Amino acid sequence: MKRLLLFLPVAIVGVLFGFFFWGLNPDRDPNAIPSVLISQPAPEFDLPPVEGTETPGLSVDDIRAAGEPVLVNVFASWCVPCRAEHVVLTRLVEQDGIRLMGINYKDKPTDASNWLDELGNPYERIGSDYSGRVGIEWGLSGVPETFVIDTNGTVVFRYVGPIVDTGAVDEIMTALEQARAQAAGGV
Amino acid sequence: MIPEIGQFALMLALAAALVQSVLPILGASRGRILWMQSAIPTALVQCALLTVAFAALMRSFIVSDFTVVNVATNSHSLKPMIYKVAGTWGSHEGSLLLWALILAVFGAGVALLGRNIPAGLKARTLSVQAWISVGFLSFMIFTSNPFDRVFPPPMDGNDLNPLLQDIGLALHPPLLYLGYVGFSIVFSFAVAALIEGRVDPAWARWVRPWTLAAWVSLTGGIALGSWWAYYELGWGGWWFWDPVENVSFMPWLLGTALLHSAIVTEKRDTFKSWTILLAILTFSLSLLGTFIVRSGLLTSVHAFAVDPERGVYILGLLAVSIGGSLTLYAWRAPALEGGGLFTPISREAGLLINNLLLATATAAVLFGTLYPLFLEAITGDKISVGPPFFNAAFIPLMLPLVFLMGIGPFLSWKRADLRGALQRLKLAIGVALVFALWAWWRDTDGPVLAIIAFGLAGWLLVASAREWASRVKLGEAPFAESLRRAKNLPRAAHGMTLAHMGVAILIVGMVGSSAWKDERVLFASPGTVVEIAGYEVRFDGVARVRGPNYVSDMGSLTVFRGGEMITQLDPERRWYPVAQMQTTESAIRSTLAGDLYVTIGEPAADEASDEWTLRVLYEPFVNFLWIGTVFLVIGGFFSLSDRRLRVGAPRRTSSAPPPQATPAE
Repeated sequence: MKRLLLFLPVAIVGVLFGFFFWGLNPDRDPNAIPSVLISQPAPEFDLPPVEGTETPGLSVDDIRAAGEPVLVNVFASWCVPCRAEHVVLTRLVEQDGIRLMGINYKDKPTDASNWLDELGNPYERIGSDYSGRVGIEWGLSGVPETFVIDTNGTVVFRYVGPIVDTGAVDEIMTALEQARAQAAGGV
Repeated sequence: MIPEIGQFALMLALAAALVQSVLPILGASRGRILWMQSAIPTALVQCALLTVAFAALMRSFIVSDFTVVNVATNSHSLKPMIYKVAGTWGSHEGSLLLWALILAVFGAGVALLGRNIPAGLKARTLSVQAWISVGFLSFMIFTSNPFDRVFPPPMDGNDLNPLLQDIGLALHPPLLYLGYVGFSIVFSFAVAALIEGRVDPAWARWVRPWTLAAWVSLTGGIALGSWWAYYELGWGGWWFWDPVENVSFMPWLLGTALLHSAIVTEKRDTFKSWTILLAILTFSLSLLGTFIVRSGLLTSVHAFAVDPERGVYILGLLAVSIGGSLTLYAWRAPALEGGGLFTPISREAGLLINNLLLATATAAVLFGTLYPLFLEAITGDKISVGPPFFNAAFIPLMLPLVFLMGIGPFLSWKRADLRGALQRLKLAIGVALVFALWAWWRDTDGPVLAIIAFGLAGWLLVASAREWASRVKLGEAPFAESLRRAKNLPRAAHGMTLAHMGVAILIVGMVGSSAWKDERVLFASPGTVVEIAGYEVRFDGVARVRGPNYVSDMGSLTVFRGGEMITQLDPERRWYPVAQMQTTESAIRSTLAGDLYVTIGEPAADEASDEWTLRVLYEPFVNFLWIGTVFLVIGGFFSLSDRRLRVGAPRRTSSAPPPQATPAE
């Protein structure tokens, strides 16, 4: 009996490790809070253009009026990952014909326009969210973030972080195609 | 070039650890002296190589070498130098390297200083230590290489989490790791003893200094973390029962139990299998901490970047080390028992209860920490277990322990005279009542537990002092005689008194700052005056200030007491654009009686630019927490410097203190 008792610690640890192994499931995210915006209409907003650029400003009506699913990308000149994804976004616009709208988040207009001059401007419209107010309504957790909005103005997909690797691009493209298919089926 | 040298040193260290993990232990079982002695050079070489690797990584951080992924993701060229250096251990990979380095430092320490340890035990201990090294080094090389390069290198780094850019936190991980990892050598000693099948008082004496060293570092590390949380997080609390705090606290609790049970093994040749079990479990909890922080198992403010592959690897490592050692324990422990008998009222019994309470408290903390995981696994519900559970489970276990701490040192080994002990504690009982009454008078509607705890703090303070005084016959003999006695008292006796008094002081701090905290939150515009705990705090406005890698809104407040200006407080709200994070920097006016603590929050509204959210706190006695910790740490150092334990010191039997003069701590 006493000898059996000595095995108790191992037994307890065995059970604990069973739970740990379960907990390591890669699909499980203890911090996961599903994005509240998914399947919700895009928040109402109307942002002025970035001063010093030719690109018009952005409002929720512009997104709805696009007539096809669009990508809304939140970026800033001070954000290093944004620089990394800028190339990818430009390619998506030029090669795949994606409609890209931008929200310039907490950025000085001069910095933003210099940044666009330097790197090129793939955005159809850019709203300047200097105060960060609209960012709050979009529930940003950081910059960059990218949203896919369907023709009804509903948020169908959210990507947090820079779109640089093929995985991210695939996810975005899949979401866009689904939104297009849905629009075509609905008409 | 330099990162490649580091990488190479890391691989060579793994090779050295592999040799060390096999050759000495084989030599010990076959009686080959040369094989056993190979543990010494391999341990030293391993330590030297890891020092080189660590230095190489640190250099990459210092010169901001962004071709190294780890530097690019965790540093920034504008960061102040001290945080560039601290960035070395600010990331998952870097901190793992620090882990491995400390592991090797302790191994080298035993190799160098443990001259009087029998060759067989030493060889086996160092081999077991090398098993752990092999596990961690291979984990690092295969899944989390700190020297990975990136091409093309980014223009600048992503910056270290600004919350971590703080002096308290720059020093917190190394100290904490010294503690965590320090218990590894105790673990290795325990496993080696199990393999040898022999635990005796001499074993306990060899283990004790390492346990103490680890315990002191862990105490310091936890306190630094707590201090950081207090002034940096801006909530005015110092302990949140966050999973990551808990995983550092559990080895501390169990390590404290180990410290006390090893005394019984040393003095009375009993509690052997229990001491071994504690040694194994203490380090197992350290490993568990490393696992929880790095696997994303639980949600916490401290979590490193999550990677399931890594989690599985560490879990495998844990399964082998913890599962293996506990199986070995179950198999070999029956051979260990025996030793002195004792009556229910004796120092042994007191220390037994101490151990049971500490172990139960550890189990309660462990259960509370992992409960969300259990529940999610079984029912799918997501919950978090907060302070109410821990306070309800933990405090009632600690109160009897504190009571016992007062009496314990008065009890003699084998059979003690409880009545006699209580007779000598009349003064302590009186002081405890005065403390409790004062606590009740101070806050009549306050929690009852606070009154009891405060009384117990007085009890412990006086009881510990009384015990020390009676040892040196203070007041009973001429002062010169007392002084001579104090000089001759073993250092460990001073250590115990200091540490126990430290706990009493800690309790004062805990009760004061949690039960009697005063808090005001308000929207303030320039000219607003807040009255709190006899202070008048006037808000004068906010100014925009620029720092090296942040911009800050700095509030300015003037503090008056009785119409006289006392001081100026400037709390800040900093925005780190690179890391995209907001931090609060509290402003504190510290006095022994309490801290006046101010933080500034969001502007009340976007339009009203001069209206700000202001939090003003008064935390009575909060500084006693840090003072108590200093007592604990100094007490630990005193014990550590006891001649009986001094590592590597030649035995001088002539001047060694008589065994009955050795205290419980």
